[in-house]
Amino acid sequence: MSDITPSQTVGPYFAYGLAPHSRCDWKPSANYDSKETVGADLVTPDATGTRIRIEGRVLDGDGKPINDAMLEIWQADAQGRYAHPRDSRARTNALFKGFGRSATDKDGGYSFDTIKPGVVAGPDGKPQSPHIVFCIYSRGMLRQIYTRLYFADEAGNDADPILALVPRDRRGTLIAHKEMRGELPVYRFDVRVQGENETVFFDI
Amino acid sequence: MSLIYPKESLSAFPKHLTPEYKSTVKRSPSKPLIIMPHTLSELTGPVYGHDAVQQGDNDLTKQHKGEPLGERIIVHGQVLDEDKRPIADTLVEIWQANACGRYVHNVDQHPAPLDPNFTGAGRTVTDKNGHYKFITVKPGAYPWGNHPNAWRPNHIHFSVFGQSFVSRLVTQMYFPGDPLFPFDPIFNSVTDEKARLRMVSSFDLENTVPDWALCFRFDIVLRGREQTPVHTEQH
Repeated sequence: MSDITPSQTVGPYFAYGLAPHSRCDWKPSANYDSKETVGADLVTPDATGTRIRIEGRVLDGDGKPINDAMLEIWQADAQGRYAHPRDSRARTNALFKGFGRSATDKDGGYSFDTIKPGVVAGPDGKPQSPHIVFCIYSRGMLRQIYTRLYFADEAGNDADPILALVPRDRRGTLIAHKEMRGELPVYRFDVRVQGENETVFFDI
Repeated sequence: MSLIYPKESLSAFPKHLTPEYKSTVKRSPSKPLIIMPHTLSELTGPVYGHDAVQQGDNDLTKQHKGEPLGERIIVHGQVLDEDKRPIADTLVEIWQANACGRYVHNVDQHPAPLDPNFTGAGRTVTDKNGHYKFITVKPGAYPWGNHPNAWRPNHIHFSVFGQSFVSRLVTQMYFPGDPLFPFDPIFNSVTDEKARLRMVSSFDLENTVPDWALCFRFDIVLRGREQTPVHTEQH
């Protein structure tokens, strides 16, 4: 019997503590300005690879925007390496953490600026197609929900061992499609928490 | 050292859908979650060390010109894994209402005063023994719209990282003996009583500072335990 500390909701008021400079509608007065520890721009001067933006909305069971959600993303660098001691491969981009945090705005919208991750080592020696792990928190969520973003323009998706666990007719909810905005590739990734076309969430 | 994250440990967590807490009704997945193995992407996670915080970030009473109103308290404890080993150098973030139960967030408009000397957000990194410490004021209870005359028990929100992305925890720390406990659907979303009480801090007289501050202790146990040695015998 384990005795871990239970999860509780992040509640509606996390922004000034966890994401004070995010694009949410929370605009702190100068008196209450708060330091930001983790932001939505993951790009560091030493990061190599393709610069991308990820944009989307978070929607509830009625299709209405969730304007007080927080998203956290965790990803490998362009060479598929994680900035963590468990991944012992040498890295040349010590500043790149691969972690970002964004609140949502009144339209449920969020965005991240980052680098497209590379292929990551997977179970039983099978490679995992480039992906980003998403963790979503909000009022009304007593515990976080996990999903993954995959890139529509990656041929390796068909052989990805995690996507293979997802019923074929639901895999599309995990695929972000690219549009070019000038020179910048923008990948669109909406999260439908519940209902029709509900995003696939993982039990991890 | 290699940690594993047994899913059984999550049985202490609330269910996604807990109708007594009304906001869960439209914000909980309705389809079964897809079971998957933990890969390198889950077994790694963000590392924020002591460079992520500055001295004083853990003292919420010193962020403005004057001192905030309310009961000054020390909140401290250890961050541990499931084997009760300390988790060193991990980021702990907190946010809370002021002594009157009001958040500085613009959505909180209930009729209680803001305190110009209290923002209510802080952060720190655990030491080599997994220990953290904050100085703050005791947050007030506040009303919310879940049901008629609904009030949240006094609480401090905690965000803790741990050693991987699956050990990540957002929770709330409560205060011992709160009369609002039986009426709060968020607190009671944890249905196992023992698990629920792990969210309640204990009064720590020993570490109270005479003539200055009361003290509460809150230990946090995250997912993760050492891998059991695997039998090499093959069938």
